[in-house]
Amino acid sequence: MAITASYPFIDFARHFVRNRAAVLGLVLLFLLVALALAAPSLFPRNPLRIVGRPEVWPFVNPRFPLGTDSLGRDIASMVAYGARTTLMIGLFASLTATIIGVTVGATAAYRGGWVDEVLMRFTELFQTIPNIIFVLTIVSILGQKIENITIAVGLVTWTPIARLTRAEFLSLRDRDFVQACRAMGMGDLRIVWGEILPNALPPVIVLWSLVVASAILFESAVSFLGLGDPNVASWGGLIGDGRTLIRTAWYICAVPGIVIMLTVLALNLVGDGLNDALNPKLRDR
Amino acid sequence: MPALLEIEDLEVSLFTRVGVLKAIDGMSLSIDAGETVAIVGESGCGKSLTALAIMGLLPEPPARIIGGNIRLAGRDIATLPEAQMQRVRGREIAMIFQDPMTALNPVLTVGYQLAEGVRRHNPMPRQDAMDKAVELLRRVRIPDAERRLDDYPHQLSGGMNQRVAIAMAIACEPKVLIADEPTTALDVTIQAQIIDLMKDLQASLGMALIIITHDLGVVAEIADRVVVMYAGRKVEEAPVEELFARPLHPYTRGLLGATASALLQRGGRLAEIAGSVPPLSELPPGCAFSNRCNDAFDRCRAQKPRLIAAARGRSVACFAVENEEDRRVAAVGA
Amino acid sequence: MRRILLRRLVQIVPLLLGVIVMNFVLIQLAPGSFLDVMTAEQQISDPAMIEKLRVVYGVDQPAVVQLGKYILSVLQLDFGFSYRQNAPVFDVIVAALPATVILMLASISVAIIVGVTAGVIASVKVNTFWDNLVSIAAVFFFAAPTFWLGIMLTILFSVRLGWLPVGGMRTIGGTHGPVADALDVAHHLLLPALSLGLFYAATYVRVMRASMLEVFRLDFVRTARAKGLSRARVVVVHVLRNAMLPIVTLVGLQLGTVLGGSVVIEAVFSWPGIGSLMLDSVMSRNFPVVLGVLVLSSLVVAVANTAVDLAYLKLDPRIRAR
Repeated sequence: MAITASYPFIDFARHFVRNRAAVLGLVLLFLLVALALAAPSLFPRNPLRIVGRPEVWPFVNPRFPLGTDSLGRDIASMVAYGARTTLMIGLFASLTATIIGVTVGATAAYRGGWVDEVLMRFTELFQTIPNIIFVLTIVSILGQKIENITIAVGLVTWTPIARLTRAEFLSLRDRDFVQACRAMGMGDLRIVWGEILPNALPPVIVLWSLVVASAILFESAVSFLGLGDPNVASWGGLIGDGRTLIRTAWYICAVPGIVIMLTVLALNLVGDGLNDALNPKLRDR
Repeated sequence: MPALLEIEDLEVSLFTRVGVLKAIDGMSLSIDAGETVAIVGESGCGKSLTALAIMGLLPEPPARIIGGNIRLAGRDIATLPEAQMQRVRGREIAMIFQDPMTALNPVLTVGYQLAEGVRRHNPMPRQDAMDKAVELLRRVRIPDAERRLDDYPHQLSGGMNQRVAIAMAIACEPKVLIADEPTTALDVTIQAQIIDLMKDLQASLGMALIIITHDLGVVAEIADRVVVMYAGRKVEEAPVEELFARPLHPYTRGLLGATASALLQRGGRLAEIAGSVPPLSELPPGCAFSNRCNDAFDRCRAQKPRLIAAARGRSVACFAVENEEDRRVAAVGA
Repeated sequence: MRRILLRRLVQIVPLLLGVIVMNFVLIQLAPGSFLDVMTAEQQISDPAMIEKLRVVYGVDQPAVVQLGKYILSVLQLDFGFSYRQNAPVFDVIVAALPATVILMLASISVAIIVGVTAGVIASVKVNTFWDNLVSIAAVFFFAAPTFWLGIMLTILFSVRLGWLPVGGMRTIGGTHGPVADALDVAHHLLLPALSLGLFYAATYVRVMRASMLEVFRLDFVRTARAKGLSRARVVVVHVLRNAMLPIVTLVGLQLGTVLGGSVVIEAVFSWPGIGSLMLDSVMSRNFPVVLGVLVLSSLVVAVANTAVDLAYLKLDPRIRAR
């Protein structure tokens, strides 16, 4: 018989660590963050500067470990700086989506009635509009800047968070401990913030990891299409640049794609691990 | 002449994460055409597993037959390969289950499911199978049978669904019908109807009927012989009137004392059997009932009692009863 | 059944209005006036034309009136005029729609066929080598960006092996007869549909596998086996039909993203659909078309959602009763 931990966080951490795939994902993410943070020291010069001959293959010239692109820019440097872009988009876009989603979902569930109805229609609206098209529209109208892209991506990824938050709130709203708080005269906002939200958070956190992954995929698609911020190094943009050279220099497309794939994979593994660790019922499947 | 269905020393083990559990330990049973045998015992005693073992439907990952054999009309069916067992199921041995509301596929019509069973063993054009399906529905006394063909299971009541399940089971006129708690999930009034129906069908088809139940009222109503199971073993077997008149095994005595009718007879409280069934992972080395038995003595706790013949057609596995019988015989003989 | 259909179609109206209002808001957010946006870069110098547009869009009047006029013109299917293609925006979009719909249908078909089959195999052979293989493949196709997958597949099958064309919808130079034409399109359709479809297949595999495993445990499966039905029949006729229901729901929920995904894939494969049109319009700042695409694509998604809901009703008789 195992001794039950007195700190739920330690218990959770222990279960998470047992999942080797999730740990692998976490390691990959740490590497990504490390790369992003180390980029300026590893590659002190602007990644978008032309530094060598174009179309040099990887592993050929030690100065350019991952080769150069169609213009002669260092791919390794662009990958490293691209990690910063990716992280930023991942974090800020998902943060935007989470704030909107949690607010909409919580309000809809807590207020109920016509507020719920209206907010759900609102959510449905954003679910019906095709995501990429919406992002492209916003970018085309507001301009190709990284901030606009971040907002646009946030605006298309909030709906699953809203639905989940609403579902969680609905199941928690009528529970005894919330009734007790109401009977004590606690204000609504305080109940929502202090009592319901902390209990509703775990599944939202799991979803958040997936939202980060989709934000990264959206940004890479936008950059790939040539609508990204031209002053910023981006993995998607690199793939877009390499498109015309697939016959001769296909590594320009392959390398950043593999990196994106590993990042998304890592996020999914971590998300699964979080889900398993937070969901004891399903642990023994 | 060999019995129609013969189970000999059946042993089934469950391979679980907490270890290997003996779910059925040396169960033997034989039944002839036209006979009705009731298997009684509380939940977890192995009666359902016995039925599934006969059908070859044991849940494979945990459960496995590790000993004994099962013979149908002399032919060993326990070791039949799956493809051949599929020809036995439904055609020679059929089974109906406890919960009629979940026993039928919710997205297929009643008619389709009936015809499917018919055509599986007797290939025939769809229309003929549908006609047969109507006939079967009438046979199980479902009114307005033709219209019921296009109904979905959720549109019918529990009792009707159970009738449909029975119709599906007898579609190919099997030699043996196994009914696992067929009335437990039904209203009391419907229960009587279903039991009546099963009696009639058995009489007209000449089937052997194995009915698994924990309801002694049903046993009294329909059974010729009763088998009492406890913790995976058969502990008593007797013709039905004799079991009720003179139960031998302490567990059986406890069961019969614990039924609602006892309230009326003894004018007092329900006699209850103290303690509870030990989990399969913690079975004692001796008799599994010893921790709850008033007549238990040392030998009971150390050794497992074997089945002994107690009278004609009766057997029981209990040292206390053995001793009692020995004494009687000695007294008579002397 | 028809009542439900009508009710769902009616529900689309407020949705559409919402999109149109959203459109309007976006236009207002754009730099320049409403008129500028609708005629941006179109080099309209004719004063009569400008005056006409001024009246049509109510440019000098309060925003609410502008909105009203905009809604009215949209409802009359007037999304403005595209000088780039020299045709009304509506016509331009409708002309590009079939190619995208073909791509969407093909991709969803690939996703369902591959996903369901792989999911069934994984569930029937659960915890064996095949199950693990399917899981690993699913993870790979889920994590890889669709456009990157498209490029990689192109490198393999078009550049290296030369089996499939690099892009486009038809072979330039034409084909003879409708059958040959259809085959030609199918030939060009294969890589794009695979690139887009395999991503969704990865999701469907997981869902299907879990759903099958759950249905396997239900009582009626035991009854079916007790009737003596073969394993294959039990799986295909009894288990599959029940296990597929969540997939249908999933397809419905993801229709919006499939349309979005086809936009990107169209760019990769030069597929002449809404996506290419959208991209071209964004690049050339052809706002009337961009906004028209937003509204019409949302309409397509809403209608497709309704179709999926109706399909679900047909598959699950339990819901019909309600």
